[in-house]
Amino acid sequence: MSDQRIFAAALLDPDAPCPAGLTAWNGSDPIQRFAVYRNNVIVSLIDALAETFPVTQELVGEEFFRAMAGVFARAAPPKSALLAKYGQGFPAFIERFKPARGVPYLADVARLEMLRVRAFHAADADPLPPDQISQALADSERLPALRVTCHPSLGVLSSRYAVVSLWAAHQGLGDLARVEPGVPETALVARVGLEVQVVALPPGGDALVASFLRGLTFGEAAALAASAAAEFDLTANLALLLRYGVLTDLRLPAEVSP
Amino acid sequence: MTIEFLFEPSTRGAPAREGASRLPARAGLGLKPQHFTEILATRPDLGFFEIHAENYLVAGGPFHHYLSRIRDRYPLSIHGVGLSIGAEGPLDVGHLDRLAALLDRYQPQSFSEHLAWSTHGGTFFNDLLPLPYDQATLSRVCNHIDQAQEHLQRRMLLENPATYVEFAASELDEAAFITEIVRRTGCGLLLDVNNAHVSGVNHRRDPQAYIAALPLAEVGEIHLAGFAEDRDAAGAPLLIDTHGSSVAAAVWDLYAFALERLGPTPTLIERDNNIPPLVVLIAEARCAERWIESVRRDRAEVAA
Repeated sequence: MSDQRIFAAALLDPDAPCPAGLTAWNGSDPIQRFAVYRNNVIVSLIDALAETFPVTQELVGEEFFRAMAGVFARAAPPKSALLAKYGQGFPAFIERFKPARGVPYLADVARLEMLRVRAFHAADADPLPPDQISQALADSERLPALRVTCHPSLGVLSSRYAVVSLWAAHQGLGDLARVEPGVPETALVARVGLEVQVVALPPGGDALVASFLRGLTFGEAAALAASAAAEFDLTANLALLLRYGVLTDLRLPAEVSP
Repeated sequence: MTIEFLFEPSTRGAPAREGASRLPARAGLGLKPQHFTEILATRPDLGFFEIHAENYLVAGGPFHHYLSRIRDRYPLSIHGVGLSIGAEGPLDVGHLDRLAALLDRYQPQSFSEHLAWSTHGGTFFNDLLPLPYDQATLSRVCNHIDQAQEHLQRRMLLENPATYVEFAASELDEAAFITEIVRRTGCGLLLDVNNAHVSGVNHRRDPQAYIAALPLAEVGEIHLAGFAEDRDAAGAPLLIDTHGSSVAAAVWDLYAFALERLGPTPTLIERDNNIPPLVVLIAEARCAERWIESVRRDRAEVAA
């Protein structure tokens, strides 16, 4: 093993012996000095996760969160120096993390928070201007064949839990005591200007957006959404997508630029 | 030796240092998202801002929105924390490409990185890890700096590290190791005075002698920061480079010592943890500017 490989392995394994060849001027045991690096690494990674997942932390408390994040960070340290992307595997880890089972919606709240960070840093794009939207919606013959481009920040999360209400209650929006965690909700996450917004999509909205993202036409997407949810309301869903500036382009497939 | 330098400030420094960076010889601050809007609203009189490159290797959103507006009004230093120049493995060319695009977009007056490693076997440790100062490491670090300067098409500054351990394998002292890197690669030096103090205490070496032994003519920027105090296994003081508090008195003294040798030099107040209100950081920057001004005056008097 190379020197850095031994050093690296010992950073993440608190039970590993101190790497050989380290010294101190006073001949003291270098393990205590090496511990500074161990601590820097794990604390900085836990801090990075705490920054991305603040509501997840509030739900279980700081002590529990930091212990859980530490187990994750040791098992799955970052693969990139771009720490904004770190934690993509954290929600799935939480789902399997037995001590967190008492909070069954925790993993989905974490998924929502990861989508928020992703939306925050996503590429910029201008929403479709209102006159183009009304023009497209007015032409009922052409409308079903149109293809939709969504804002790069857009994310959708369908949850078995009231993930939007839970998250919102932790922003001071709504009363946490009145949230029924077991009511399924679909979250729409998108950046509007410089602010990331989180809002509940009406029934069928997840199927509609998923179809848009797959490149299906407006008509195909609406049909799929209607078959996915009996109460699907195209107008209500569209109004919401437009209010949050989610649609950035609407045109016939032949017009779609390569 | 100190006395001798004190009486001959104008014989050292300034002329050879042009080109080490294009930052103004003033004080600057690390740019923090919580200060974006206040900076644009109040336009504080500062020499420059510095960002960590990796925080801005994202596609869009508020970070680029604010940085581009702040860049329009201030000189900029881009400081990398993730290139892992000391790594045993090859540099990540994808990372170099992303850095090149960022430098191209913002045209900073300075780009700097660390004498350290942070990545191994595809894992990023998010810390600046120490290196043995031996011939194999020297040639590897120089190759990586050559590659980075070639790829980025610019001269970079290399920052001296804060370290907590030393290596039995080291053949050179740190100042000689850095001097040789600068000689071989032509890179400049980012003199982190706090790191010089921290490492000085941690390895019981004289920080003034350390600074005096560095290739000071190649210094393009200075960093100042705060540290935390711990103890090693024998109870000896062990200082931790936390960037979490204000600059300590001993570091201001060492800064004054360095400035006397360097002449007016761009100086960053680094604060990455426990970030205080902007006014507190501006006050620390003013303190650095008073030192820069005093050295500028002294040199003008000597020249007159």
